[in-house]
Amino acid sequence: MSLVELHAIHKSFGELEVLKGIDLKIEEGQVIALIGKSGSGKSTLLRTINGLETINDGTIMVAGKKVGDRDTDVLTLRLNVGMVFQQFNLFPHYTALENVMLSPQVVKKQSKAEAKDVAEEMLAKVGLADKMMHYPDQLSGGQQQRVAIARALAMKPRVLLCDEVTSALDPELVNEVLAVVRQLAEEGMTLVMVTHEMRFAREVCDKLVFMHQGRIHESGAPEDVFANPKTPELASFVGGLA
Amino acid sequence: MSEFSLWDIVYNLLLAARWTVLLSLTAFVLGGIVGLLLLMVRTAGNPWAMRLVRGYVELFQGTPLLMQLFIVFFGLPLIGIDVSPWIAAMLGLTLFTSAFLTEIWRGCVESIGLGQWEASASLGMNFRQQMRYIILPQALRIAVPPTVGFSVQVVKGTAVASIIGFVELTKAGTMITNATYAPFTVYGCVAVMYFLICFPLSLYARHLEGKLRHVAR
Repeated sequence: MSLVELHAIHKSFGELEVLKGIDLKIEEGQVIALIGKSGSGKSTLLRTINGLETINDGTIMVAGKKVGDRDTDVLTLRLNVGMVFQQFNLFPHYTALENVMLSPQVVKKQSKAEAKDVAEEMLAKVGLADKMMHYPDQLSGGQQQRVAIARALAMKPRVLLCDEVTSALDPELVNEVLAVVRQLAEEGMTLVMVTHEMRFAREVCDKLVFMHQGRIHESGAPEDVFANPKTPELASFVGGLA
Repeated sequence: MSEFSLWDIVYNLLLAARWTVLLSLTAFVLGGIVGLLLLMVRTAGNPWAMRLVRGYVELFQGTPLLMQLFIVFFGLPLIGIDVSPWIAAMLGLTLFTSAFLTEIWRGCVESIGLGQWEASASLGMNFRQQMRYIILPQALRIAVPPTVGFSVQVVKGTAVASIIGFVELTKAGTMITNATYAPFTVYGCVAVMYFLICFPLSLYARHLEGKLRHVAR
């Protein structure tokens, strides 16, 4: 049984159909990159996995349980699925430590001491043990994004979604965030990422999923996808990057 | 007929000004509580409830405060509820205040970026938790200056209560004028007193605005 199973997912924004029947299985421990041109539906697909976008048709199964459209279903789903955003979205009125501690306390009802232990561990893991008392606006973009990753990890999700996590960063800050993601992948965390960092995707991922016009156009192991694209669309996408 | 000194006038106005302050405070506190409840309903997303709140806000923003007081004061007795001028004034101003505060605060809540909602949602928080820990603390900072600014409108709004016979500052002014035949002196004093209540509030609102420019993260 796969950790996440998407079956025949359809999603429209008004008249515009952005997902036209997506089937995707995510296995425990797998690292998957969604690639494709902007507007191909990859971010929308990622956002359906944790219920930030409601779907018009299809089914989502997480850990063997079907996700319905009741609010409680979505909340349960989100306990299993963490997310990191392009724009970090840290809570500006809390310190780094509080950002990471908040949800375990509020949602999982952990004690303050327990939440603090976990938060300190996670912040140390992303290399920010010395920035815990800083507010988001006192941190660089790369540091903010690493706090966001620690914040998601503190909820102990079974899969982590990364939506273009380096796209809003200055070039010199990209690597510190990628290093953290790489470390997570090596530790066996299940990851699904939308990314434009092709070299990184190639090195770290088990599977690349190429999206084109709302469909999964082609997918496979990174070396195959890059070396032998089977469709002209992927060939031109890969070629355009070279 | 006895002579009124300026001090007699000021002293009697000061006594009445207590009621202006009390009415303002009551309307502001009760209006704030009702406004907060309406805000929660307005942002929670049920379309019918949202429409209802919007209608409520439009109703009170689109009619003069005086008419609202008249309707409370003369309308409630028609359905068998007798209200004193104090109750009518308090009720009318509370409704008026709640409508405006809901609208002011809604703007503040909506100025909090979608990213904050999405980040907190993806951490598993429900609506109530999002509001309490993420949205309201941030919205509150933005809301303080316009809220304090609006309190000035409430203070001045209490003057209208004089027309339904509630003895506050303005009504006291009218009564003293009727006894002294010195309307300019009396109303001059009334105006000064309103100013002394309102001006510090305005100053404070401006001060908070300056301070918040630094805090805005």
